[in-house]
Amino acid sequence: MQQVLMALVTIVVGVSGCVLYFYFSNLILDAIFPGRGPNAGRNINRASAIRPWLFLGPAILLLGVYLVYPVFNSIWLSFRDATGDNFVGLSNYVWLFGDDKFIESMRNNMLWLLVVPAASTLFGLIAAALTDRIPWGNFAKSLVFMPMAISFIGAAVIWKFIYDYRGEGAQEIGVLNALMETFSLPAQPWITLLFWNNFFLMVVLIWIQTGFAMVILSAALRGIPEETIEAAILDGASPFQIFYKIKVPQIWGTIAVVWTTITILVLKVFDIVLAMTNGQWGSQVLANLMFDWMFRGNDAGRASTVALVIMVLVTPIMIWNIRNARKEMR
Amino acid sequence: MDNIAGTRARLVWAVNISVVALVLLWTIPTFGLLVSSFRDREQIVTSGWWKAVFSSEQNIIARSTPPDTQFTDGDLHVIEGNIFEDGSGEVIAFGTSSRAPSGYAPGEVGEMSRDREMTVSATGDYRITSPEPFSGRRGVRIFATIVEPPRFSLENYERVLFSEGLGQSFINTFAVTIPATIIPILVAAFAAYALAWMEFPGRAILIAIVVGLLVVPLQLALIPLLKLHNSLGIGKDYLGIWLAHTGFGLPLAIYLLRNYIAGLPREIIESARVDGATDFDIFRRIILPLSFPALASFAIFQFLWVWNDLLVATVFLGASDEQLVMTGRLRELLGSRGGDWEILAASAFISIVVPLIVFFSMQKFLVRGLLAGSVKGG
Repeated sequence: MQQVLMALVTIVVGVSGCVLYFYFSNLILDAIFPGRGPNAGRNINRASAIRPWLFLGPAILLLGVYLVYPVFNSIWLSFRDATGDNFVGLSNYVWLFGDDKFIESMRNNMLWLLVVPAASTLFGLIAAALTDRIPWGNFAKSLVFMPMAISFIGAAVIWKFIYDYRGEGAQEIGVLNALMETFSLPAQPWITLLFWNNFFLMVVLIWIQTGFAMVILSAALRGIPEETIEAAILDGASPFQIFYKIKVPQIWGTIAVVWTTITILVLKVFDIVLAMTNGQWGSQVLANLMFDWMFRGNDAGRASTVALVIMVLVTPIMIWNIRNARKEMR
Repeated sequence: MDNIAGTRARLVWAVNISVVALVLLWTIPTFGLLVSSFRDREQIVTSGWWKAVFSSEQNIIARSTPPDTQFTDGDLHVIEGNIFEDGSGEVIAFGTSSRAPSGYAPGEVGEMSRDREMTVSATGDYRITSPEPFSGRRGVRIFATIVEPPRFSLENYERVLFSEGLGQSFINTFAVTIPATIIPILVAAFAAYALAWMEFPGRAILIAIVVGLLVVPLQLALIPLLKLHNSLGIGKDYLGIWLAHTGFGLPLAIYLLRNYIAGLPREIIESARVDGATDFDIFRRIILPLSFPALASFAIFQFLWVWNDLLVATVFLGASDEQLVMTGRLRELLGSRGGDWEILAASAFISIVVPLIVFFSMQKFLVRGLLAGSVKGG
């Protein structure tokens, strides 16, 4: 209970602190440069040159400390040893590219990048197209969307139960193995199957992300101008042709946004692998490898180097996003 | 549109069936765990959860009450009782030995060695008779095929909440989530207003930086910030995690709010300026009330994200009972009680019930926020 009290006090202190800061800093600014008297014009100009920075101050400070500084500090740390005390040159990078686990992680991350965004977007598109055509579509949508609210670790528990394997002769209680037995196939220890287990882990993320893709693509599909569809119908296009030749090409932009958003998420995926295999049986990924070196390996240098690799992989999308945002603002 | 196309009935059917299949595929995993969380350990390992709602047929070996409960009826020694502990269930066959465990129908009289006889009724009442007194300490074995009605209980929930420490974690999670949701909103709202409606050099670059920071992987921030927090003395503390979540949530908050605030009608803001309102007044009287939907969207995002986060909590909070959040507890249980599905199922459900409530009650805002955050810039 003590924590909750502390939390409530923090909310009050934090919120009122923010309000007081904004209120008084504005007040002080107006007192220093009063908007009346002999220099009113000059004062107003000066005050309005400073005011934006008062509004932005706390945000810039927090962003600087919590997101910008770490990027540079990580680069610095990647040239240092486990404790960060000594300069070690490129040895972390040399180690990285010779490390089996890193190579395995890169391979797996590439698999994740190929499969998860594609599958989530595809399923999301299908779900959006189908649910928009039926009266109970919104209800169906919220059920497909629901996994978005479930934590990765909760989802990992849910799916581990599906993949559960009891061994020969025992009663199978996992749905997947029960299905296998129904078709007289041997039960499989899904999450320890080398190579294929990666795909069973990916299913969890696809399950979570399809709802996201569906919601956004459904909005995009509804935004398509009706004239184009009417014209296609008059020309005798079938529903499938309308979908693939008229609707999909018009929402490429949105598909790309969904795809890249999921791609970024995939690069950071960590909880699912940690909870289901912890990187064993050839299922390691970069984010979990970094976590491993940070906590179990206790090596700030190597962990930072792995984190930087993730950053490098994200960078092209970051640049693309920034260019898009700037285009839109013009 | 569909009417113009003269949609064929067959296609409508196909669509409906596909959506039903899709919905089932997407809900069954969660539903399976939900059902299992109400079953006891024995039930979970002996039958799949999909059988839970049906009566289950089982072969059991029961024992009669011990010989010291015997009484005499005429010249026979008798032991009587019921094989069901809680009195529910139905016997469909019984047997007297392991060689024929279901050799007799209920009500028939089964022959045993030494002229003993056993009969079991459909309701589970048994009567075992013997010309000689029963001896020994243990009761007689009764083989039976029984049908048990579905049985659900809240025992697992009671257990994980009070003896597995999940109740405490629930409180901890709230303590982490609430400040980490509320504080960034205010900081971001002011910044978003400045970025949307104030003219100053460097504005475009700042917006670009915010968009760029949206995708910075958290992994990169962990080690530098943990070192920083440790040197400030808030390494494993609530204050540290509140600040961390605030910092990590800000890019999305600023981005979402700026998009929304920039879309507010120019006339309102200009006319307020003409009337001599200061920027602070405009923000407080006009911007804040009008951007409520965007504030709500972000609040839901941040709430779900912080509540469901494992990584930041693992790094910035300790593993003591006073600090372990629910995702962390769940991870710990996965390690220590990997096969105890009754514990895991109930724990997982306690951890996802709050996000699910938030999700279903505020879905409208969530969807709106997603659209604002993704369809526009990216």
